[in-house]
Amino acid sequence: MEQRRKILDLLLSNARESTADIARQTGLDEARVEETIAELEADGVVHGYQAIVDWRQVADDGEHVQAEVELNVELDRETGYEDIARRIVKFPQVSSLRLFSGDYDFAILVEGESMHDVSQFISEQIAPIPEVTQTVTHFVMETYKERGIVFGDRDDDDRLSISP
Amino acid sequence: MRIADRVERVPPSGIRRFFELAEEKDDVISLGVGEPDFSAPWAARTAAIDSLERGRTSYTANRGMRDLRTQIADHVGRYDLEYDPDEEILVTTGASEALDVAMRAFVDPGDRVAVHQPSYISYVPGVVFAGGEPLAVPTRPENDFELTYEDLANAGAENAELLMLCYPNNPTGATMSRSELAEVAEFAVEHDLMVLSDEIYAALTYEGDHTSIATFPEMRERTVVFNGFSKAYAMTGLRLGYALGPPEAIRAMNRIHQYSMLSAPTTAQYAALEALRSCDDEVVEMRNQYDRRRRFVLSRFEEMGLDCFEAKGAFYAFPHCGGDDERFAEELLRQQNVAVVPGSIFGVGGEGHLRISYATGLDDLRTAMNRIEAFVDAR
Repeated sequence: MEQRRKILDLLLSNARESTADIARQTGLDEARVEETIAELEADGVVHGYQAIVDWRQVADDGEHVQAEVELNVELDRETGYEDIARRIVKFPQVSSLRLFSGDYDFAILVEGESMHDVSQFISEQIAPIPEVTQTVTHFVMETYKERGIVFGDRDDDDRLSISP
Repeated sequence: MRIADRVERVPPSGIRRFFELAEEKDDVISLGVGEPDFSAPWAARTAAIDSLERGRTSYTANRGMRDLRTQIADHVGRYDLEYDPDEEILVTTGASEALDVAMRAFVDPGDRVAVHQPSYISYVPGVVFAGGEPLAVPTRPENDFELTYEDLANAGAENAELLMLCYPNNPTGATMSRSELAEVAEFAVEHDLMVLSDEIYAALTYEGDHTSIATFPEMRERTVVFNGFSKAYAMTGLRLGYALGPPEAIRAMNRIHQYSMLSAPTTAQYAALEALRSCDDEVVEMRNQYDRRRRFVLSRFEEMGLDCFEAKGAFYAFPHCGGDDERFAEELLRQQNVAVVPGSIFGVGGEGHLRISYATGLDDLRTAMNRIEAFVDAR
């Protein structure tokens, strides 16, 4: 179990780490590392590997818009949170869906090519869902940090090159 | 100009030449850095900022803020060390000041101070500046640079008054287990040596737990332990350390400290207080990262056929490069743009070795190791 955790920690900090380098850093052999990663995937611990992108730095001129949308829903005897969630996750525009405690029930992250795109998706696909009683849309204005990685944070090493 | 003899007796640091060579070139990856590549934990930094905003810019008590001493006393409990915050702890401007003050407080002119080597470059000059006579005690690669009873006896350390000890060790990365340290304690008791134990890298011990020599029978009363915030908390620039020892030892050190330094930097004391209160998780995370890099570096040396014992502490590996280590380091820098520190700079026993610091991000370590491999292959 400790091996799994060690490998998971490494993948969390850099999912592109090569099997050979994971082996070197953990003291496990490469075959064992590969096996463990395969297990992590098969057991549904690791669901995928994705790049963390600062969209403002993407050179093409297309826009990339993100909005956090709060949803209030009304449950009944036949419909629970799970049922509503199962329907919402199907939309490719929804990149994350979470159930929250507090003032609203779900929050979804919606991504699109323009504000119009996103607004239209909310009003035509999400708001009309019978159980959804209210939506509040917050457009993302700036991202400073994502999944532990600070954007634009390229601190130069100001240490002396050789020190005792 | 009139310069005192004891200053003339100490040559400038051999590290200086390599620093200048490395500074001349661009695109150098340096594995020659003796400090963390992380910044101090954010909570510690905000505590420092906050103390400035509240105008806490005066001296503190000579021995350091009492809250801080209490936290230190609590903190060192993890190493089974027990010290009274009022009588047995002195907060200093880096562990370096504590060492300097200790040399002046405990060494009389002509006293011999046994210093095991290879070791941190400041101990021998510290002895000389205090008027003492350094006695080199070589440690051996075949013992993974651990200090043995035999090493002490072979060097004639029974004639010394003090023993300077540093484990986990800079530059070798060697650590000492409880049973190995017991021999050293036995020697110290047998020959009535006072021990100055620099344990600045205690928190960076990767296999087993750190043991302090002060925890052995009859050792507490003859030992002063040095530690600080530079390495574990990545606070080198804040300059904060401390000494732990019996009341009369701390009183003597404080006598010098109160006339020279007055008190350690106040801003740094606030940062340190917060570091001890809330930054354990950050220390563990940094330690885990060093440990991964340590394993990485050791397995790369094995792959390239460079003989290296398994360093278990600090953030250094000490591979054997064979022959002239200064030449190896200089050519490696010129040909492959990788800076390392030749082992001979750290005293007897260091020759033929290189100090490799892995306080550098994994991407740079990867590139540096590939360059070292290319250099080794071409030789």
